[in-house]
Amino acid sequence: MKLRELAHSRTGDKGDHSNVSVIVYRLEDYPLIEKHLTMERIRAHLRGRVRGEVTRYCLPTLGAINFVLHDALTGGVTRSLALDPHGKCISGLLLDLELPVEAPGSTVP
Amino acid sequence: MNGQSSKVIRIGCGAGFSGDRIEPAVDLARHGSLNYLVFECLAERTIALAQKSKLQNGELGYDPLLVERMRAVLPACVASGVKIVSNMGAANPLAAARRTAEVARSLGISGLTIAAVEGDDITALVRSMDTLPTQNALQVSLMPERPPGAPFSLPAAETIISANAYLGCIPIRDALRLGADIVLTGRVADPSLFVGPLMHEFGWAENDWARLGQATLIGHLLECAGQLTGGYFADPGVKDVDGLARLGFPLAEVRADATAVLTKLPDTGGLVSVATCKEQLLYEVQDPGAYITPDVVADFSGVTFQQVSADRVEVGGAFGRERPETLKVSIGYHDGFIGEGQISYAGSGAVERGRLALQVVAERLHLTGVALRESRYDLIGLNAICGDLPGVPVPPEIRIRVVGRTHTLEEALRIGREVESLYTNGPAGGGGATRSATEVVAITSTLVSRERITPCITLETV
Repeated sequence: MKLRELAHSRTGDKGDHSNVSVIVYRLEDYPLIEKHLTMERIRAHLRGRVRGEVTRYCLPTLGAINFVLHDALTGGVTRSLALDPHGKCISGLLLDLELPVEAPGSTVP
Repeated sequence: MNGQSSKVIRIGCGAGFSGDRIEPAVDLARHGSLNYLVFECLAERTIALAQKSKLQNGELGYDPLLVERMRAVLPACVASGVKIVSNMGAANPLAAARRTAEVARSLGISGLTIAAVEGDDITALVRSMDTLPTQNALQVSLMPERPPGAPFSLPAAETIISANAYLGCIPIRDALRLGADIVLTGRVADPSLFVGPLMHEFGWAENDWARLGQATLIGHLLECAGQLTGGYFADPGVKDVDGLARLGFPLAEVRADATAVLTKLPDTGGLVSVATCKEQLLYEVQDPGAYITPDVVADFSGVTFQQVSADRVEVGGAFGRERPETLKVSIGYHDGFIGEGQISYAGSGAVERGRLALQVVAERLHLTGVALRESRYDLIGLNAICGDLPGVPVPPEIRIRVVGRTHTLEEALRIGREVESLYTNGPAGGGGATRSATEVVAITSTLVSRERITPCITLETV
């Protein structure tokens, strides 16, 4: 199942860092994303975009995780040569992450 | 006795960036029963660009849409007693105040007091320094791009265009105390544009960290305007939003304890839901437990949202700790030029032709001696956003993009010309070439001791 089925996301930028939130639609799904969305998993999934350290801030009462991708914006929005210098498209990429669980309602073979 | 405890202040956001839509602000001014309408129009780089236009003409340097926005909202704001707070002063708040007074006069409006808040411009100070203070642990969380303890090397003095410290809520509160109906600032931390009026109305102390933390939360949620009310949220079939073309901008009904209801006008597009609020809560935030502004170190980790009715969300649960001793400074500087060219290919073999085109342009730039400090060769539709990923399906059309950083405008122009000349010299079937070359005004940031910054308020009356 893709992360997109359980959660939504928005990307922001600050200097050369990108932050990507992941917010579950239903609070009961939060433990699942906290378990699977490790920093290593994020780094692997966004390997085309992550250059530096990844920090993870967990907000269980909000059912959200905030990831900070350090040095991810090739110098920041004011000087980057990238097509998307803000890194705003990263949220869409992140939601395609495959979770090793079945979608709700799907039949297990 | 409990006049203050039952008081509610209605504060709306009329712009989330300098080019934002204008009609939603007019709607808020007319129908929002607002006390305050705030316009956040100053992105990081905007003030450096404004400084450049001020250097050419001392009466310019404020937001280019100032006159158009004021002309649109002033009649309704004056009729309903709505006060305006905005950073549209950009690099020249004094000129912005004078220009706003002219707009008021031209509309037949009188009896207005317009305040210009200055003191953020420290270009002269920064040009005279080699380094700014070394960072401590707190500063590192504000400016995490450099390791702890590393001194910050400024761009060369002759390249510096502007240096502006982020002021906080206090000078805005003070301007309102002096009777201002309109407050125009330069660089101010975005949430402080909202915290200032709330502090003024509720008489909060400058060290009431809990309430300032909560008010900063409200400001942070409102400051991007439509991003709280369903803008930047829609994902058809997953997160649907009605009426994006007539999106309503947000307002908060704030109580003396700094809790609030977030909402928008009825009969406007968009939605205010717990989900839209959560997305905006974390937007441009790093550590939710330490959101640093000049007013407070706000803690958003215990924030709660509750949908009380359609398009009405109750917000609370933020806290705050003592404000930092330093202020963030944004420094705008010349950083060479960027040249770019694009051209498209379609049909079978489009990707291969695109790759060949990129090789040809790279070779041409090398052969003709264009010195690139940095470059990118993208295939839009394949790797320009995601980077190179395995197993990506072959798209039916592809657009190549060559972009490079150069020392001179001449060299930047050569990049686009080399792409354009693929029309007659490159692979088959290239179409829709475009090119551009721009001077780069880059922004870097550092910290300055609070004592070095002295805000100053000037009043203009109509």
